[in-house]
Amino acid sequence: MSTIKSVLTEPLFSKNPIALQILGICSALAVTTSLQVTLVMCIALTSVTAFSNFGVSLIRNHIPNNIRIIVQMIIIASLVIVVDQILKAYAYDISKKLSVFVGLIITNCIVMGRAEAFAMKNPPVLSFFDGIGNGLGYSIVLITVATIRELFGAGKLFGFEILPLVTDGGWYQSNGLLLLPPSAFFIIGGFIWVLRTWKKDQIEKAEYKILPNTEHSGGH
Amino acid sequence: MSANNDSIQKTLFVAILLCLVCSVIVAGAAVGLRDQQNLNKANDKRIAVLQAADLYEAGKPVAEQFKSKITTRIVNIEAGRFATDAELQEIKDAGLSVDNFDQKKSSKMPELSAALKPENDPASIKRKEKFAAIYIVKNGDAIEKVILPVHGYGLWSTLYGFIALQGDMDTVVGLGFYSHAETPGLGGEVDNPKWKSLWVGKELYDDQGDVAIKVVKGGAEAGNPYQVDGLSGATLTSRGVNNLVRFWVGDRGFGNLLTKLKEQGA
Repeated sequence: MSTIKSVLTEPLFSKNPIALQILGICSALAVTTSLQVTLVMCIALTSVTAFSNFGVSLIRNHIPNNIRIIVQMIIIASLVIVVDQILKAYAYDISKKLSVFVGLIITNCIVMGRAEAFAMKNPPVLSFFDGIGNGLGYSIVLITVATIRELFGAGKLFGFEILPLVTDGGWYQSNGLLLLPPSAFFIIGGFIWVLRTWKKDQIEKAEYKILPNTEHSGGH
Repeated sequence: MSANNDSIQKTLFVAILLCLVCSVIVAGAAVGLRDQQNLNKANDKRIAVLQAADLYEAGKPVAEQFKSKITTRIVNIEAGRFATDAELQEIKDAGLSVDNFDQKKSSKMPELSAALKPENDPASIKRKEKFAAIYIVKNGDAIEKVILPVHGYGLWSTLYGFIALQGDMDTVVGLGFYSHAETPGLGGEVDNPKWKSLWVGKELYDDQGDVAIKVVKGGAEAGNPYQVDGLSGATLTSRGVNNLVRFWVGDRGFGNLLTKLKEQGA
């Protein structure tokens, strides 16, 4: 039986939704160019996951099986709209920067995945904390990516100058690639590599083995 | 229990009840936060005005900056003059605020706007408002800068923004859009400070007083005061910006007003 502590801490490293389950990559690429935006996105996603888990779990014994995905979607979608409205009211600039990505939390696999895999089978409070745990697991990866991207891509953290750029008369030649979406792939890849070196049980078994080259007739 | 859950009655009941609860939550959030959101939008527009005029100071309260630097005047676009008291009353009668004039809303009101014939509508705005709020930066009695609202269709969306001019009613101080939905990275680059800076110092009218400013594809001639480089990868957005700027500074837009302001001052 899972406890609140285990559902909160396990998704951080042992069962990280991005690193182990490779869920929710899309927004991880898009919103990680600056820490401030990333942080707001993480808070938004964590709260949506937590509350949608709570909501789904609350009515889990009454959800008809054949419309359960739609029921989950309605709960998630409503929460996302509420979060979007709150951001527009109290964090207008950031909501402009996040633009469609807040709305796209609806399609984030982590939210849906936790509702279907956990909240449908567990009581509300535990599900709520499972949502927070997974949201934090997502946040850890995003914040790591955003820190690297903003620091080395723009020489800043939270918009404050850390490494003075050459273009502004400093010494740091910024790495433009880090501001483009593909760089997030590399960093997430690196994150997973480090994590799996540390926690060896996360290494997946190879699904097939590459046979040794048996053609010896060629030149070299 | 699960067999019971899957009955048609139960399915319908759960679906309908859930939809009702969720719609109340969503509607509640939308209505409850509307005032705050509108305030943000109003401030966003003010920031756009200040930025177009190159007056914005980050960190200071926007409302205060706006009040201390900018005079707002309602103008009759067609007649090219400030609105008379009777006309201001007309706006009030239509249910709009004069202090915080909503030009976008007025474009949908038959009494405050008129349909444009397609051949007269290069910016694809369909209806032209009778009145607009323009913003003036004064230096004593003289007009230092004037900021005009412009809008027009790009590729996906109507772009709303401001163009600011020097007191000569010809030289551009700045151009910026506060609302659009063009492709991020391509047409969305209308927000790019580098591109916006290309507009600074350009001139709208040639020596004969005709509209000469143009967004050109494939590189503006160096030193040509009437040409602005188009955005690469965003031909249609660039064309939209070209059309809307030319429309609004032309005879059907604020052309008459600008001529008058130049002759008479504020």
